[in-house]
Amino acid sequence: MTPAIELENLSVKFGEVAALRTLTLTVPSGAFLAIIGPNGAGKTTLLNTLTGMSPPSSGTVHVLGQDPASLDGDAIGYIPQVKTLDRHFPARALELVVTGLRPRWPWRLNAADRTAAMNALERTGAADVAERPLSALSGGELQRVYLARCLMRPSKLLILDEPGAGLDVAGAAAMHHVIEDYIAEHNATAVMITHDWEGARNHASHVLLLNKRVVAFGPAGEAGTEQQLLEMFGYTGHLAKTHGNHNA
Amino acid sequence: MAITMPEPLTYAFMQRALIAGVLLSAVAGYFSPFIVQRRMAFLGSGLAHAAFGGVALGIVLQFDPVLVALPFTILIGIGIVLIREKTELAGDTAIGILFAVAMAVGILLLSSTQQYAGDVMTYLFGSILAVQNADLAWAGGLTALTLICARWWPVWAYATVDERLARVDRLHVKRIELALVISVAIMIVVSAKIIGILLVSAFLVLPGATARLVAHSFAGMTAWSCTFAVGGAVIGLLGSYYTDVPSGPAIVLLQAGVFFVVAAATRR
Repeated sequence: MTPAIELENLSVKFGEVAALRTLTLTVPSGAFLAIIGPNGAGKTTLLNTLTGMSPPSSGTVHVLGQDPASLDGDAIGYIPQVKTLDRHFPARALELVVTGLRPRWPWRLNAADRTAAMNALERTGAADVAERPLSALSGGELQRVYLARCLMRPSKLLILDEPGAGLDVAGAAAMHHVIEDYIAEHNATAVMITHDWEGARNHASHVLLLNKRVVAFGPAGEAGTEQQLLEMFGYTGHLAKTHGNHNA
Repeated sequence: MAITMPEPLTYAFMQRALIAGVLLSAVAGYFSPFIVQRRMAFLGSGLAHAAFGGVALGIVLQFDPVLVALPFTILIGIGIVLIREKTELAGDTAIGILFAVAMAVGILLLSSTQQYAGDVMTYLFGSILAVQNADLAWAGGLTALTLICARWWPVWAYATVDERLARVDRLHVKRIELALVISVAIMIVVSAKIIGILLVSAFLVLPGATARLVAHSFAGMTAWSCTFAVGGAVIGLLGSYYTDVPSGPAIVLLQAGVFFVVAAATRR
């Protein structure tokens, strides 16, 4: 089976500044990859490269067996960081969810689109905010709305940029379950940036520790030793403790 | 009982003024929500001032100022987009630079002669009551162009709410931005002689800003914006006739008055 993601000596530079250095790894189809790294580690740059928004400076990238820039928009389901959205845009949550069906802003919602969007919102536990303006959604509610938007069409690759930001513990766990169900239902692969080591350990199938280069990559139970976490963050704190508990 | 036409509408110049006012304000009302939501209010002002350079060039060259100002202003608009995209400068900085250059060019050209002062005043302050059939043809053409653009409303709106989401969905967000800037540039140049370079940017901001205060959806905002724009133009024009004040400022002040009333009524 074609791997979901293949990186071969991938480097991305912005001017003289290297954001990513010679990344080489293969993510199998059906994996749930959690990317963890400190601020400025190149996590979002990597997602931008996978979505075709940021071309590599050198090396090769294949997503679903293709150059990501040539992928059809339907191939990727994407949850951006909530801060990219214009929260003052006059719209209800339901309208944003409907854009998951087709990349067009709805002039009006027809009954079929409304039903599909409500079903998706119910799956992410956000049905109660369907009619609420975007400006009145909390960060966690908006994440659920974005996730519902992704459920509207079956993509082979789900890319999530800190989807747990703003979610409480129960919300984050529920979100992970929705992602796992999505992977199983659509035979998809998910790539998620997260700062939640516990969530990554419990839900992801693979972990990538990234700090401009690959610090560690592998199945969730193997990648991320205390030494690697120390090297990446310069501080382990509760991460090391959590990791120790996990290995115990 | 015979229905009598209101007095102002019995005059051909008022009929032409109303038609031009309705067409141009409807177009401005359509684009205004995009300008407001994309925080491009300064773009309208900048392009209007840039149009002054093109108008001056046309006057000095003794060409139709609109025909010269059209490519001139579009090029300034493209320049603004390119500076923002290719450098680390913010959009307002790019606008500030290029509109100052265009204004300087215009002033420099006009300083060489005083004989066109009347023409310049027409474009600076507009003269909706002096609308000619040729101006109506331009306004009609602009309206037709806007109706064609309206088919892309769902795509332009989607690229406005979240640019990153739109890019992942393979929408050409830069092309959309360029199309919007070019559309606004055309609207400004066509409106310059009728509404006036100094006032036209108000047409692009006030209706959308007022509509944002009452609308709960972007479609609703667009509809409200067109309504406020056209209503303001018609009532302002007729009001200026009865009160004998200049029409352009009357329309803008009326639209501003509506904005402040709505803002007060909807304050949080």
